[in-house]
Amino acid sequence: MTRLDPRGGAFAILIKEWAQIWRDPSTIGLVVVLPLLLMFLFGSAVSLDTSATRTGLVDRDRSAASRDLAATFARNRYFAVTEMVEIAPLRQALLEDRVRGIVVIPEGFGAGLAAGKPRDIQVITDGAQPNTAAFVAGHARGLLAQWSAARLAERGAVAVAPLTLNPRYRYNPGLQSRYTLVPGAIAIVMAMIGTMLTALIMAREYERGTMEGLLASPVSIPALVAAKVLPYFVLGLASTAVCVAVAVLAYDLPFKGSFPALLLISSTFLAAVLGQGLLISAATRSQFVSTQFALLSGFMPSLLLSGFLFEIDSMPVAIQYISYIVPARYLIPSLQSVFLVGDLWAMFLPNAAIMLGIGGFFFYRVTRSIGRTIA
Amino acid sequence: MAQVLHLDSVTKSFAPSGRGASPVEALQGVSFELAQGRILGLVGPDAAGKTTLLRICAGLVEPDAGTVEVLGHPVAAIDRAKVGYMPQGGALYSELSVAQNLALYARLRGLAPVLYEERIAHLLRLTGLADFTKRAAGRLSGGMRQKLAMACAVAAAPPLMLLDEPSVGVDPLSRREIWQLARELAGPETAIVWATSVLEDAEQCDEILVLHEGRRVHYGPPEGLARFAAGRCWSRAAAPAMRRAVLRSALEHPGTIAGRIDGGEVRVALRSAADQPPSTDGTQWRSRRPHADDGFAWLLDDGSVLGPSAVAAGFAEVQPAPGDPPAIEALSLTKRYGDFVAAREVSFTVAPGEVFGLLGPNGAGKSTTFRMLCGLAKPSAGTGRVAGYDLTTAAAEVRQALGYMPQKFSLYADLTLAANLRFVAGAYGLTGGTAREAIERAVENLALGPFWKLGSGTLPLGVKQRLALAAAVLHGPRVLFLDEPTSGIDPLARREFWHHINAIAARGVAVLVTTHFMDEAEMCDRLLLISQAEPIAHGTPDELKQQAVAKRTAGATLEDAFIALIADQRERRALAETARAA
Repeated sequence: MTRLDPRGGAFAILIKEWAQIWRDPSTIGLVVVLPLLLMFLFGSAVSLDTSATRTGLVDRDRSAASRDLAATFARNRYFAVTEMVEIAPLRQALLEDRVRGIVVIPEGFGAGLAAGKPRDIQVITDGAQPNTAAFVAGHARGLLAQWSAARLAERGAVAVAPLTLNPRYRYNPGLQSRYTLVPGAIAIVMAMIGTMLTALIMAREYERGTMEGLLASPVSIPALVAAKVLPYFVLGLASTAVCVAVAVLAYDLPFKGSFPALLLISSTFLAAVLGQGLLISAATRSQFVSTQFALLSGFMPSLLLSGFLFEIDSMPVAIQYISYIVPARYLIPSLQSVFLVGDLWAMFLPNAAIMLGIGGFFFYRVTRSIGRTIA
Repeated sequence: MAQVLHLDSVTKSFAPSGRGASPVEALQGVSFELAQGRILGLVGPDAAGKTTLLRICAGLVEPDAGTVEVLGHPVAAIDRAKVGYMPQGGALYSELSVAQNLALYARLRGLAPVLYEERIAHLLRLTGLADFTKRAAGRLSGGMRQKLAMACAVAAAPPLMLLDEPSVGVDPLSRREIWQLARELAGPETAIVWATSVLEDAEQCDEILVLHEGRRVHYGPPEGLARFAAGRCWSRAAAPAMRRAVLRSALEHPGTIAGRIDGGEVRVALRSAADQPPSTDGTQWRSRRPHADDGFAWLLDDGSVLGPSAVAAGFAEVQPAPGDPPAIEALSLTKRYGDFVAAREVSFTVAPGEVFGLLGPNGAGKSTTFRMLCGLAKPSAGTGRVAGYDLTTAAAEVRQALGYMPQKFSLYADLTLAANLRFVAGAYGLTGGTAREAIERAVENLALGPFWKLGSGTLPLGVKQRLALAAAVLHGPRVLFLDEPTSGIDPLARREFWHHINAIAARGVAVLVTTHFMDEAEMCDRLLLISQAEPIAHGTPDELKQQAVAKRTAGATLEDAFIALIADQRERRALAETARAA
């Protein structure tokens, strides 16, 4: 009797997984449609930038100066101005959130300016939404300062220029939050898809009783796990490609790094999240429980503890420690760099090594959890 | 002759499955050996430990104590390529095709690549699946699926085949084909372990090991089984209309352990050889040669005595008058799924108090007919009436009027027995005191009290089946639909179940039943045999046997008749198709 080649068996499992994926259109949906959907959701709907704020304006003065100021407000890209004669309807609008703030130019504004005794402009905001309120007030203040400086300059007077700050936002000159959000969104999408893809596959074998057939065969457990997970690794990479394409084509993100770097960080990340899903699958042995758990453990930590929405440095120390075991924490900075900065191998290599380590740990636990016996 | 399997004092227990449950002693000191070329039947009721024993032989479960040697090596070091293990249900990928399943398992089990093509072609030829290679395994009939599963398990021609209930839930014809397949697949030196709860299988084996509650209660040639019942078997003639009543009263005799209708006779096995069945109407019982099933019943006997069925006592007694309309009426029922005809022009009637059996191979259209009559599937053509309600216009009333016991346990496994019964009562519109009384009565009548607070999923199969019966009769239906109600349960539970059904029918309830067990078919007043969606024979069990004998040389049993009638229909269908092609 010749020694039979165990690779033959593992290869057969690999072919079988592909055939199952091919027969089940929902897997393809998960790999292509879900990333598209989530990318557009995160890329378009979620934005930390404030665009034009709906603002009411009441000009009680109706002088040349007050009209000029009102026009300046209307031109500014941070304000979408609705002008009214009376303040009462605007108060109601503020109450109903139809406007976020009200600018009131008082009577005698123009005359006061001419006399060198300028009157104050009133800005009413909704204190129940502190961020927006501060934003409206701040921008109004800035606008007013510019406007007065410009007026003084027109009259030939040398403006007493206050010291100004001249910030430069490197790697994201426009300070568009999309530039940082989109790479983060890719990580979230990959984490979700990665855990979901594999969360089902072992549980399904147990639930349908086919695990017994696999365990009774001569294929070794690590070979079995590897053969089962490899097709999903390829699918995960396909998902990543979809995400990157959306980021570059639809959201105009620069891609300053290189493809080998992207491949390295995304495949090590996939190793970690696929391993996570696989362990959940093998441990619960139930598709239902497994899916719930995968969604919870794949999505939530990646969203909250990865630095995507909340900066890790400002978290309580204990939570910062927890974030070290969230694979997305290592992916997001690397991914942001690949898009916005370029290849930073000094950063990619340690991150990749950590993610690979997490993946390796999961893989080992999975083989232990499956064992050689069925009960 | 080399020993293929050698087990010595194998013991295995499992941790309790839930709160309040005790550890399960799956196997207690089981020993046996199996030589090359021999077939061992592992016979026992549900939960006897058969699957655990097979898994131990396959290296999938570690025994707590005892030694296991496979092909001369300790089981921990076995070469898995040399063991062809077919798990219960077959472990097929139902969405993959026949060819894909075979290819997977052939490679998985280490079939050498040079032998691959030839072996696959050989397996396809033997299983008769060559024309279906592209069909998804899930869309095969039960019998074909089991054949495919067996081919997958032994794809690499291993010297040891471990088959876990390869013939469960299949019709007699498929059972014969599965046995033939197993013998063809096995080489002259291949050893087979065949687990089964059906005695017809046991008689095919070289030796059998009877397991009961994890213990070996018999080990030897199958002929030895009958000897346990020597001098304890009796039979008497009875008129067709009287057979079930005679059987019922004989089973209520305290010394009776088994009984069935066998041809024109009622046959019983007694606990003691010194006893005699009581004669009620002057007809004499005569002593008979024991069969394997009598011996089996004697081995499994737990000393229980069947009383008059309390469940049946809950039904009002309605004496059917000659002019009464039938309780169930099928009028040219036809069901099409696209081009596929699942049932064609099925017509029959069932009178109140009658037990009517639907027989046929797996996938013949029995279940489709059944589902149409239950209001679960809409007929494509034809109609029917159940308890006076029209199927096509009053499907909801039909469902309310009948009691239904589905093939699989379809109550909520994660609810307690009590919660399940309360749910069913509510679903049938029983409320308040009426519901409480109905539930109390069912629980008392079917001895479900001890399981009241237990999760339904963890109950033994026999108890689950009593629960399903309780749920089906809770609202006191005058029509009862039973879809393979006893598939997989042990002889004791089957005997008790049929005892209830017979008593319920005696109260004027119409019973429609599908089954693969010929001893259950013998209980029916009339039978309808369906094959390839067509009704092919209709009549009493005796009439079916006569029809079969008239068509071709057939044996005298109902199983022989079943097989002969189906073979005849298939030949005619094949001839017609050849004629049409030409």
